[in-house]
Amino acid sequence: MIQKNFELTKITPINSSITKLAFHAPEIANSVLPGQFINIKVDETTVPLLRRPFSVYYVQENSVEIVFGVMGMGTKKLTLKKIGDMLDVLGPLGKPFNVSDNEELSILVGGGLGTASLPLLQKHLIQKGKKVVTFLGARTKEYLLSSYLTDVRTATDDGSSGYHGTVIELLKHFLFENKKKNCKIYACGPTPMLVTLTNVTEEYNIRCEISLETAMACGFGICQGCAVELKNKEVGFALSCKDGPVFKSNEIIL
Amino acid sequence: MVKTSFKIGNVEFKNRVFVASGTFGYGDEARELFDATKIGGIFTKSLTLKPRKGNPPPRIVETASGLINSIGLANIGVEKFISEKLPLLKQSEVVIIANIAGGTIDEYCKVLEKLESANGITAYEINISCPNVKEGGLNFGTDLKATAEITKIVRRLTSKPIILKLTPNVTRVSEFAKVAESEGADAVSLINTLVGMAVNVKTRKPKISTVTGGLSGPAIKPVALAKVYEVVNAVKIPVFGIGGIANTNDALEFLIVGAKAVQIGTANFINPNISVSIANGIEKFCLDNGIADVGMIVGTLDTTGNESVLKSWL
Ligand SMILES: Cc1cc2nc3c(=O)[nH]c(=O)nc-3n(C[C@H](O)[C@H](O)[C@H](O)COP(=O)(O)OP(=O)(O)OC[C@H]3O[C@@H](n4cnc5c(N)ncnc54)[C@H](O)[C@@H]3O)c2cc1C
Ligand SMILES: Cc1cc2nc3c(=O)[nH]c(=O)nc-3n(C[C@H](O)[C@H](O)[C@H](O)COP(=O)(O)O)c2cc1C
Ligand code: FES
Repeated sequence: MIQKNFELTKITPINSSITKLAFHAPEIANSVLPGQFINIKVDETTVPLLRRPFSVYYVQENSVEIVFGVMGMGTKKLTLKKIGDMLDVLGPLGKPFNVSDNEELSILVGGGLGTASLPLLQKHLIQKGKKVVTFLGARTKEYLLSSYLTDVRTATDDGSSGYHGTVIELLKHFLFENKKKNCKIYACGPTPMLVTLTNVTEEYNIRCEISLETAMACGFGICQGCAVELKNKEVGFALSCKDGPVFKSNEIIL
Repeated sequence: MVKTSFKIGNVEFKNRVFVASGTFGYGDEARELFDATKIGGIFTKSLTLKPRKGNPPPRIVETASGLINSIGLANIGVEKFISEKLPLLKQSEVVIIANIAGGTIDEYCKVLEKLESANGITAYEINISCPNVKEGGLNFGTDLKATAEITKIVRRLTSKPIILKLTPNVTRVSEFAKVAESEGADAVSLINTLVGMAVNVKTRKPKISTVTGGLSGPAIKPVALAKVYEVVNAVKIPVFGIGGIANTNDALEFLIVGAKAVQIGTANFINPNISVSIANGIEKFCLDNGIADVGMIVGTLDTTGNESVLKSWL
């Protein structure tokens, strides 16, 4: 974990509300693992006061990329940055996806901006020699973030790309047809999607890791603010920033 | 060389900047980013007799220049602190002030006794002021008699400095400081968080699970300064100023008003190294202004006449 100012090197608008930023940060690019995130202070003022967490979308040639949508003040201010501006970044933070399991097929599932942690994950899985298939869901075609990803199947709410319906319905069809496979699911997306997914993985008895987007004050374990409820009542809560953001889907209460 | 050290009771601290309880874990989480031997010391997360899981999520919400939290004193408990955290901290020579909380006076005493026999703690801060737990104990901070009683009892258990941490959620915080002083406290620290609330207008639900929580951060600094001002004018014992300190200037304001030292809370979440920067910043301020000892700044507020309107904006 480091805290440093990095120079913004590239700004790519993906659509009217999603932006991709790249900054030159060899220290992070060379150490970050899939599922980890960085925490950005968007400017020096106290509005917003706290840093904003973003998954590392991709790394290449010593530079780190994030993609984000405009939600409020923090992300709005990030869209106003210019090339050459410095970004105050803390990271990499959090526990990554566990890519060392011995599944025959890795299934990646991303909903909306939850796709942001999948490209780096796919890269690592493929480097491990694994077979990977990716399912992406979004409102419309415009919101599908498929760059860097291979073997992608899509679902959109309006049917503008791929399956007309939710990504979990599409996944269910796939699982039904490929029942005997020893697979593992890696997912990130809105909570309702993760809830449905968890039900499906229980039904099919498939291992599943999910990445959560919990409100965070610090991002590295000193405030106890990002508690996630565990099924294990003895332990009670885990910290999403330090014990997560990636959890086994069967260990937490969503 | 500027003199930065100062004393509370019989203990000398390296400098006047500390990290506040609950805002730096147990002092080990940010080791890579932050050299805790460069500050006066770390106030630990409140320690209770048994481990506490804390309140259900959501536990935090950001407000205008502030943060509302409802952590509920989640902590690993005093025994685990002693066995798992303290040995490492001792090795690294970080000054540790243990913050103690409890539901009954007996619980405060037991926690203190365990810490006392463990060695390695420099002083104790008694938290009688957390707004986020239901049990009676923390209402000690809003009851003068209870504040007196708890101070008197813990005082007898140790010769190390006792610091009472006060709540701003009372009409006159100076009354509580006076009681702590008369029962033998070596110092008081204030403010703990202010009771605050935030509502989601779409769902009409409170934004944290316990409906109300504790407000901290830059939003509370003016209130904190006023409370510190009230207390330094009422007692002789040292005051730790806490509340919204985010840079050197903020810390200097508290010292000028009369705080002997400061604690940094919420700002650690944004910049884990901020307390070291502020400690350095204060030293630089002294160097730049020909001040030989940081203590010479303490209590130098000039309330005679009025600041010209123009100047006061600068
Ligand atoms: C570990 C982690 C990784 C993340 N990775 C990414 C990422 O790669 N790309 C990305 O776009 N976002 C990501 N997020 C979410 C991102 O941090 C938030 O969108 C951002 O903090 C919002 O800040 P803001 O100041 O713009 O909005 P705020 O003013 O904080 O919030 C504005 C509104 O948006 C809502 N909101 C806040 N966060 C979210 C959210 N995650 N989903 C839906 N609504 C939200 C709030 O409830 C509020 O109503 C991640 C979050 C976490 C915890
Ligand atoms: C997330 C959080 C947890 C806290 N936990 C404790 C605690 O366990 N014990 C305590 O005495 N004060 C606790 N506090 C209060 C702080 O120590 C401090 O008094 C308060 O936040 C005001 O300072 P600040 O504005 O610099 O944060 C906590 C504050 C925050 C924000
Ligand atoms: S965000 Fe502070 S502990 Fe997780």
